[in-house]
Amino acid sequence: MKNLRRKVYMAAGYNTISMGTGRKEFNPKKERPGLEEYLIEAGQGVLTQIDGGAKSVDESVLGNFMAAHFNKQGNLPGFFPMIDKGLEYKPATSVEGACGSGSLSLVSGIKSVLAESAEVVLSMGAEVQNTVKAIYGADILAYAGWFKKRKKGHAYFFPGQFSDRAGAYFAKYDRDKARKGMAQWYANAIENARLDPTAQEYHNTHPDPYGLSFKSEPNGKVFVDNLNYMDCSKVSDAASGIIIASEEGLKRIGIDKKDAVEVVGYAQVIRNITEDPTELTELKAIKTTIEKVFQSTGLSIDQIATVELHDCFTIAGILTVEALGLAKPGEGCDFVAKGNTKRDGILPMNTTGGLIGWGHPTGGTGVHQAVTIWQQLTGKTGKAQINISAERPYGMTINMGGDDVTINAIIYKKGE
Amino acid sequence: MTYDEKLQNVSVLGAAGKMGSGILLLTAVEMTNLSFKPQNKGKTFVINAIDLSDEGLAGIMPYINGQVRKIAEKQTVWLRSVYEDRADLIENSEIIDQYIFDVMNVIRPTTAMEVAYRSGLIFEAVSENPDLKVKILSQIDKNNPNTPWYFTNTSSVPIKLIEEKANLKGRILGFHFYNPPAVQKLVELITTKNTDPIMVDFAYGYAKGIRKIIVPSNDIAGFIGNGHFIRDGLHGINEAKALTAKYTWPEAVYMINKVSQDYLVRPMGIFQLMDYVGVDVMKYILNVMDPYMPDEDLHSDILNRVIELGITGGQLSSGAQKDGFLKYERDQAIAAFDPDTKSYVNFTDFAEKCDDALGKMPDGFMSWKAVIRKKNKDEIFTAFFTNMKAMNSLGAKLGLKYGACSNAIGQKLVADGVAASSDDVNTVMLTGFFHAFGPVNKYFD
Repeated sequence: MKNLRRKVYMAAGYNTISMGTGRKEFNPKKERPGLEEYLIEAGQGVLTQIDGGAKSVDESVLGNFMAAHFNKQGNLPGFFPMIDKGLEYKPATSVEGACGSGSLSLVSGIKSVLAESAEVVLSMGAEVQNTVKAIYGADILAYAGWFKKRKKGHAYFFPGQFSDRAGAYFAKYDRDKARKGMAQWYANAIENARLDPTAQEYHNTHPDPYGLSFKSEPNGKVFVDNLNYMDCSKVSDAASGIIIASEEGLKRIGIDKKDAVEVVGYAQVIRNITEDPTELTELKAIKTTIEKVFQSTGLSIDQIATVELHDCFTIAGILTVEALGLAKPGEGCDFVAKGNTKRDGILPMNTTGGLIGWGHPTGGTGVHQAVTIWQQLTGKTGKAQINISAERPYGMTINMGGDDVTINAIIYKKGE
Repeated sequence: MTYDEKLQNVSVLGAAGKMGSGILLLTAVEMTNLSFKPQNKGKTFVINAIDLSDEGLAGIMPYINGQVRKIAEKQTVWLRSVYEDRADLIENSEIIDQYIFDVMNVIRPTTAMEVAYRSGLIFEAVSENPDLKVKILSQIDKNNPNTPWYFTNTSSVPIKLIEEKANLKGRILGFHFYNPPAVQKLVELITTKNTDPIMVDFAYGYAKGIRKIIVPSNDIAGFIGNGHFIRDGLHGINEAKALTAKYTWPEAVYMINKVSQDYLVRPMGIFQLMDYVGVDVMKYILNVMDPYMPDEDLHSDILNRVIELGITGGQLSSGAQKDGFLKYERDQAIAAFDPDTKSYVNFTDFAEKCDDALGKMPDGFMSWKAVIRKKNKDEIFTAFFTNMKAMNSLGAKLGLKYGACSNAIGQKLVADGVAASSDDVNTVMLTGFFHAFGPVNKYFD
């Protein structure tokens, strides 16, 4: 195993509720909290868990995708002092890589700690996107693709992109078995979300999520050809935050290592946004990132206890299962359909619901994934807690921006 | 002349009214969609929005704009293909804005009725006054060289009467939308023995284009919808009157409104419905229908008295409910009008007493909102009305009597030849009035 030049930890994670359709308290006709309120809640949620609060933080970083359009707001680093005065006149930055912005925030913090330019970093991710109707939100989210291809794209651009991937998967393998795997992915997401009070699908009481999804035939006349609504993550407002710290930093903030996770390794990969994927049934950039992170850490998938992966669409979940090497191409759907990724399966995935069940506040998702892994490995997940065995002590996050374009994978273990 | 050609130049008379503006919206959208067809490239589609009131016309344009936006937002997948060749339209927002522009660009708001002289199809949605309708249509027909077709939105005036007096010779039919036309699926189609069958075919095609369900009705004043509503309303007024032996008029109105809503599981009580239609409009319809129904007394002294006191109901141009028999706050009824004191009395002053007098609701009660999407409605209603029959409360008695009266009205409409079948009566009440069950049923046998 190749160690990082310095130990890096994450701790004191916090998630706001993922707000949007599905939550009982969500009313699109009423005034709702804005980006500011979400940042304040998540930021203060982190800072109150550490000794010294904001005074202990050396720098801050925010992952956000499209506040400039959803909230008409740029220059986001300037919001950190709004969270706490103790962050004013200190370094802060914001990063953007579409739905991968959250993990870019994490990586930025990790690099600062590795570079010894900071001992304690406040890493956050946030997006408030229920400010516009879905049909206009689709325009904004389409900026995660190459704008020169927008004209030929679907009205719901990203569902259209992943519908094409699903269509290619159906044609190459078997539509029926693929849809069974996709429906099971949805059912798992709902089952897990019902255990996390912050999840967008926490209030979901449908008696048969699997049947609901499987029986809902995709209808290209009103949506996209190969995905139904259950195959897609919803529009979400949320923010997440976590502390990234060195050993010294952990001491400063009074966090015991056993209440933190150690970053064992990470990999970041991008794919050319101006080129179409060479093979629609493969997430090549995700696959490359996974290979790199396993190579750099010397670990293998057999040692991973749980994965938080980027299921913006069920088909993305299936394809990432294949990219992880858990199933051969075309068999990821069977692997999921057999229950292997359920919370009591061989490798539990997205244990608080993932993007489909917990929610997908685009620029915030990467940080939310890290918070979930921190919760699971340190036993802080409440009802959603899974068993972490000594044989498989590691956790993993995979965050994707765009259609397999900006990818980060991080491997964690409980601090010791 | 093809369907598309017939819709190239259309006029809507009374376009600023609540019915006219809906007809304008639906037709302008249909015409715009036709203009996208390859064979219609380069052809101009025009709909004249004609009304006496400049203010009214100015007032409906934001409504039309907002409604077209809603339509475009739901059809963006299709609209992207429509504007496929427009390199300048890339994002959904640009495509939706263009569609709104294209629909608005078809509409010509004007107070000059002369523009209708160029139309091939004319929708009439002026007030429910037979003489006015005849006068306007005669004038247009004398000056229009295109031998146009006339679709009248009358809800009560016999089509034959207009046809004969305006000398239209088979070129008019009744095409009665329900309020609001943009939402309500139902259209009553009324023809005369002279009606040109080609025009009837066109009417069915047009209804399909604007996604409406047609129920044919015979040409008897009031047709099916108002044939039921007017008699149902008069029953409500008479029942309230009977209650005044023991209760005040506002209390009686409250009780009958509650019985007709909750005990019959309707979207609104009868007095609220009369306010929604317009107390004044109801009087217009009564005046039209009464002379044609020699065996019935279609009039109401109380209705006339309330109107004399300036109480009209109906809606403001914003769509908000105006006060009528009842007073409204945010479209919720909160008080009932007392003609003696010429003032509204708050429900809170007497609701508890009246609710006690009506008695407890029968077991199995579900509100209209809760029941309307249920698949096992028949099962729910069978149990509910069976329980109601087993009760001896005032509410149960009034509810059963009301249901039986509605049933009798429905059957009379069939017996009188207004409706071809009880299914047609039920379809009208289910789709035009959003009742949860048709009036012709077995619940009240």
